[in-house]
Amino acid sequence: MQGVLGQKLGMTVVFREDRQIPVTAVKVDGNVVVGKRTEARDGYNALILGVGEQRVSRLSRPVVGQFRAAGLVDERDGQELVKRHVREFRVTAEQLEAYTVGQAVKITDLFKVGEKADVTSTSKGRGFSGVMKRHNFAGFKASHGVHEYFRHGGSIGSNTTPARVMKNKKMPGQHGNRRSTIQNVEIIEILADEGIVLLKGGVPGARGGLVQVRHAVKIRR
Amino acid sequence: MNALNAIEAKYLRDDLPAFRAGDTVRVSVRIKEGSKERVQAFEGVCLRRHNAGSRSTFTVRKISSNIGVERIFPVHSPSIEKVEVVREGRVRQARIYYLRERRGKAARIRARNLFR
Repeated sequence: MQGVLGQKLGMTVVFREDRQIPVTAVKVDGNVVVGKRTEARDGYNALILGVGEQRVSRLSRPVVGQFRAAGLVDERDGQELVKRHVREFRVTAEQLEAYTVGQAVKITDLFKVGEKADVTSTSKGRGFSGVMKRHNFAGFKASHGVHEYFRHGGSIGSNTTPARVMKNKKMPGQHGNRRSTIQNVEIIEILADEGIVLLKGGVPGARGGLVQVRHAVKIRR
Repeated sequence: MNALNAIEAKYLRDDLPAFRAGDTVRVSVRIKEGSKERVQAFEGVCLRRHNAGSRSTFTVRKISSNIGVERIFPVHSPSIEKVEVVREGRVRQARIYYLRERRGKAARIRARNLFR
């Protein structure tokens, strides 16, 4: 289940055989293996990928030390830079062997046009939302004597039996700003030179957000 | 957004003539019927142009057997064979939706650039 990290650029439309296809452009440039998790030491196999850049002066010493140990500190204009976003991707032992720390991971190595990917990102936060926005409840009538009860959820259960509210009862609460995965997203186009991938349809989160593009788990490869 | 412009650039087509709201245009559209492909013309007044990179569209309205018909065409779609400007009309609005409430003589549009 290898993947890459990227940044959501935004949505547009491309044409295929006279058809408009809505796509989300994700910049998946500059992925580098910054570390490994091994079965022997950590109990599981994973590649740690990093992307973007961050000034060393903004990070704590232990974090910077991880990059220094891996020899992955760049320098530009007198500023030391390391990768800004770091995420782990679970892989098999063979896949782990195939990469060395410091090696670049390109989208073209992992995906071909037409293949499916799972896309994970943090959805847009909507704060503490009511049941109409959060769970698509219908609310109440705006007239016919409805009195100060327009956007409520109504009853939340029965009386003496069971004398409690059922678990997972849909109620108001935090909406969005949580990890969200879209499965089986088709890869429409890969712009290798620009390091941009066009994914069919939408991707969770705002423009500029961190996106993980992984091999689809439900597709047999 | 600049990165998106670069992505869209290769899908944009620049072979269509310039036209604007109020102009009468004939749009030749490729239509697939089963395995056969043919070209159908749709002629009417352009109500609006919507400029948005590769998502740009324009709306054409015509009166077909006494019923108003409007079609929205994607400007950069390859299914548009060609667009011909039949008549240039002078209108004062960018979106001439008022045409929908008018019929016959009232729905006339003054010509633009008569002496060009």
